[in-house]
Amino acid sequence: MQKYSGFGLFKHALSHHENWQRVWRNPTPKKQYDVIIVGGGGHGLATAYYLAKEHGITNVAVLEKGYLGGGNTARNTTIVRSNYLWDEAAHLYEHAMKLWEGLSQDLNYNVMFSQRGVLNLGHTLQDMRDIERRVNANRLNGIDGEVLDAKQVQEIVPMMDCSENARFPVMGASWQPRGGVARHDAVAWGYARAADALGVDLIQQCEVVDFVMEDGAAVGVRTRQHGTIGAGRIGCVTAGNSGVMAKLAGFELPLESHPLQALVSEPIKPILDTVVMSNHVHGYVSQSDKGDLVIGAGIDGYLGYGQRGSYSTIEHTVQAIVEMFPVFSRVRMNRQWGGIVDTCPDACPIISATPVENLFFNCGWGTGGFKATPGSGNVFAATLAKGEAHPLAKPFSMFRFHDGSLIDEHGAAGVAH
Amino acid sequence: MFDIYCPHCQEHREEEEFHASGEAHIARPLDPDNCTDKEWAEYIYFRKNPRGIHHELWVHAAGCRKFFNITRDTQTYEIKETYKVGQQPTVTE
Ligand SMILES: Cc1cc2nc3c(=O)[nH]c(=O)nc-3n(C[C@H](O)[C@H](O)[C@H](O)COP(=O)(O)OP(=O)(O)OC[C@H]3O[C@@H](n4cnc5c(N)ncnc54)[C@H](O)[C@@H]3O)c2cc1C
Ligand SMILES: [Zn+2]
Repeated sequence: MQKYSGFGLFKHALSHHENWQRVWRNPTPKKQYDVIIVGGGGHGLATAYYLAKEHGITNVAVLEKGYLGGGNTARNTTIVRSNYLWDEAAHLYEHAMKLWEGLSQDLNYNVMFSQRGVLNLGHTLQDMRDIERRVNANRLNGIDGEVLDAKQVQEIVPMMDCSENARFPVMGASWQPRGGVARHDAVAWGYARAADALGVDLIQQCEVVDFVMEDGAAVGVRTRQHGTIGAGRIGCVTAGNSGVMAKLAGFELPLESHPLQALVSEPIKPILDTVVMSNHVHGYVSQSDKGDLVIGAGIDGYLGYGQRGSYSTIEHTVQAIVEMFPVFSRVRMNRQWGGIVDTCPDACPIISATPVENLFFNCGWGTGGFKATPGSGNVFAATLAKGEAHPLAKPFSMFRFHDGSLIDEHGAAGVAH
Repeated sequence: MFDIYCPHCQEHREEEEFHASGEAHIARPLDPDNCTDKEWAEYIYFRKNPRGIHHELWVHAAGCRKFFNITRDTQTYEIKETYKVGQQPTVTE
């Protein structure tokens, strides 16, 4: 792999940037792999990378039905934070946060991780009590966090309406300075390039349509384009499509797939240098380096695989943003899209063995898994390598729903993104 | 935007009057005292979540406030039929 550097950029400028190496190979799949990852989103690619890098398992293929990072990874609003309430979740997301902090260097790829801070606003007394509880829990877990009052919030975001005349006045916020945003595509591409360099085969346009079973164990996958491919272990990382994949393997998951929308405005001059999220008026916004406002809110209430959402949801989202930022009321919106998020009853992921031997699932990240991409891949790789759950992944078994040990992050963690 | 026929009101109304309440026809275990934890979990949490035909419970929240069922394609979003709770769907694939 050619190393990216300032000097390299200069060198390639001399030949008009015409001799850059391809970012990854485009191999034809082998007949057998040690590990097959189904789903080439950020989580699947990160899993493949850490399998190769930390466990020396390089006979690995990532099978992606579309193009790499074209699922929720491409569609998300890129908010990264780790201020979750419960220990299990806090440890997992903080593990990811620490990996984010060195990720561009590790991958030799600029993922544009920008720790511009995340505000979770409180608009009611109960909001503020919950925020205080959560920030205290975070600090006990070694995660940065502060409780701010309305005046301090106003200082950080001068453009926001923090007055008492607002319909839902801002009473304060939790503030995680280490939170921020990252470039979604770059995360997928960076992991893909680094995994490829370590020998992982990235197979695009390759849809898994069934699992090959022998004596109740999965021994391979059937693909639409490349026939049957054998595998020692299989990791399924298919986000919104996970329910469909589980059905192929003969079991159900505690998941429902819903559309989640986002939208961006036309690019405007720098106006917002942090991330603002509000559970109560229900919307969140940040500004990308390109200048567009990146806006999102809640899922559509019904089950859907259509990668689009309803007008009423998008209308509520925009109402919330204008309520917080009246100054945005005349900004024009440029694009709107939807992804399919796999929501779990306790708003926590599933990183787990399954009723089928050799088949593991990493899903249920729902509306908030982008922030976990490095950590998720890291612990899932360890799980696949050893055949048993990484300590941080252990509480997230799908069987927690059988014994009642749910990790209820619903509402506990601000807006669920 | 869905245009939904409420079988109680017997007219089409806009999506915003309704609220989706998830998978329909989930039967409560008949003998709850003798259910295993796994059976309870399947009843409460585990779902079919299909890509395609889905029978689902909706409530006419801002209308008659009654529950009813919809058969809908979760890929195309086409509504195939609506019917009252207690009735069986006619469209199954
Ligand atoms: C609008 C929106 C906003 C969001 N905002 C945030 C946010 O601000 N912060 C945050 O942390 N999270 C956010 N999320 C959630 C986040 O995007 C996801 O949790 C995360 O990206 C999931 O990554 P993934 O790699 O598991 O899934 P994906 O990126 O969806 O990858 C799954 C891949 O599997 C492939 N696949 C599926 N079935 C098959 C098959 N049969 N064969 C082969 N390949 C298959 C798909 O094509 C896809 O590429 C948001 C999501 C959406 C939709
Ligand atoms: Zn009605």
